[in-house]
Amino acid sequence: MLVAALMLSPTILIPAILNGLMTGAVYALVALGLTLIYGVLHIINFAHGALLTAAMFAAFFANRWLGLDPYAAAFLLTPLFFCFGYALQRFVIGPAAHGEDRNILLVTLGLAVVIENALLFAFRADTRTLDLPYGFDTIQVGPAFLAVPRVIAFVAVIAVTLVLWLIMHFTDTGKAIRAVAKEKLGAELAGIDVAHIYAVTFGLGTACLAVAACLLIPSYYVNPSAGNAFVLIAFTVVVLGGMGSVAGALVGGLFVGVVESLSGLWLGESLGQIGIFVMFILVLLLRPSGLFGERA
Amino acid sequence: MRALLPILVALALLAAVPLITGSNVVLNFLVFVLLIALVGQGWNLLGGYGGQYSFGHAAFFGTGAYATAVLQVRYGLNAWPAVALGILAGAALGAVIGALVFRSGLRGSYFALVTLAFAEVLRIVASVAPVTGAGVGTLIKLDLRWQALQFQSRVPFYYIILALVAVSLILVHMIERSRFGAWLVAVRENEDAAAALGVDATLVKIGAMTLSAALAAAGGCFYAQYYLFIDAGIAYGPWISIEALLAPIVGGVGTVFGPLLGALVVKSLGEATKLLAGDAPGLDLVIYGGVLVLVIAFAPRGIAGLLADLRRLVLRPRRAEPPAEATRA
Repeated sequence: MLVAALMLSPTILIPAILNGLMTGAVYALVALGLTLIYGVLHIINFAHGALLTAAMFAAFFANRWLGLDPYAAAFLLTPLFFCFGYALQRFVIGPAAHGEDRNILLVTLGLAVVIENALLFAFRADTRTLDLPYGFDTIQVGPAFLAVPRVIAFVAVIAVTLVLWLIMHFTDTGKAIRAVAKEKLGAELAGIDVAHIYAVTFGLGTACLAVAACLLIPSYYVNPSAGNAFVLIAFTVVVLGGMGSVAGALVGGLFVGVVESLSGLWLGESLGQIGIFVMFILVLLLRPSGLFGERA
Repeated sequence: MRALLPILVALALLAAVPLITGSNVVLNFLVFVLLIALVGQGWNLLGGYGGQYSFGHAAFFGTGAYATAVLQVRYGLNAWPAVALGILAGAALGAVIGALVFRSGLRGSYFALVTLAFAEVLRIVASVAPVTGAGVGTLIKLDLRWQALQFQSRVPFYYIILALVAVSLILVHMIERSRFGAWLVAVRENEDAAAALGVDATLVKIGAMTLSAALAAAGGCFYAQYYLFIDAGIAYGPWISIEALLAPIVGGVGTVFGPLLGALVVKSLGEATKLLAGDAPGLDLVIYGGVLVLVIAFAPRGIAGLLADLRRLVLRPRRAEPPAEATRA
């Protein structure tokens, strides 16, 4: 494989890497939501994929029914999904779980099953795509031709990460979130409403998905299991980048995007997909100490 | 022996069903309930008693199913040894995954994640590998003789799955009262404390996972013989992973009867949904997901827990009277 890599000319390699970076940016955004929720609530949100699917359907129908451009819809859907995520944590996951990790696992799994199948029930298994005038536009970067929606996604993800970082560091809510993540009991004693902060964090994580969905929908399809393709990749990214780390999610996302693009180039489409799972299992098996660093 | 009595009564009741009704609808339904009870019992052994919540029992179910089907179709093996090898293959996979995962110290959410990933890898491999029939799936040739483990009537199948469930019930009952069972529960309650007291936690968990996988694989083998067709989505799909954990959780995690009770309730609910709403895709799973959330929110110990509470309520000594008199005075 290494020989094959050396034999590939830069005119093929550079576009593959650039395309990988563009895809990776969206992975990073999905992973960002996941890692944020993990970092603060210390739970793995198994409903993440289903929520992404729901957001993609929302972006799709915002265009079909309301005629909203997906990029404009982002400004409507992001606050909407923030509220949805907030309510989900505050009124469903939090009370149902009785504070036990094992229960939270099952509650988020149950929610995933409900959301995914409600979408299946409502919209059937059909795969839908949007035809946007700019859907197939490309711009040339060096030897590579990049699809415009993917370039927009890349730029938007960098911007969102920056905004999130600013929120976390310069607002009172952001500081409270970081305090709860570091020391829950201490934060509670200092007068921080932990249940509220948990819900805000879950809302932020869900809002990331709304942005990701709006960025994806111009160049991707949607069906009731569309989000699942992203969520195991997002798990891989989060595990790679370190659970709870925002920068780690960004770098990990871009890295996985490039790995997927290159392994797809060398191994073919379906085996490239397995490559991600294998990487995920290997990372989990070989670097567990790094994963538990913050929890213990 | 007295402790075995409830199990024997339940089995006797179930065994009497074909004597009362010959309806294929009833038998089909009960066969499916028992199948889920079997796979659920597998999950319960590892998840309920051992506290390791697997989200990927499809890996074992599917391996049993594929081994049974592929050994017959591609290698011309007789059905009986194929089923035996299928169960062994599932158990072996459980041991290997268990050794990999538990040696790396993965617990809780990470364990759930990694089991899910293993099942997904297998699903993708099975959907492209030629030996499994790739996307087309594998069809076992119709051969209605007992030598081929196929029957015209539903009744023999019913007794076979009932026998498998009986084995699983007695196995879990025995484990519950054994030293191994005590170690397993100790690991669930506090792994570090158990290890400090000399329990080899890793080995105990690997053992539980092997047995758990064997039960799930047995379910897969039965599925292959009963329906005579499998593909990647059926064998390794998430549906069976969810059924496997839903039944014991609804019925009562870490109890002998939990999976059977849960399977009965969940499947009845599924049938009722179909009756009311028609065969709409997804709706039964919406109900299952909702039931899962509701059970955890309001009855974390499942139906078995509710029954125990009820019994305590009924058998409660009448202590409520003295205060009543006190208020009158």
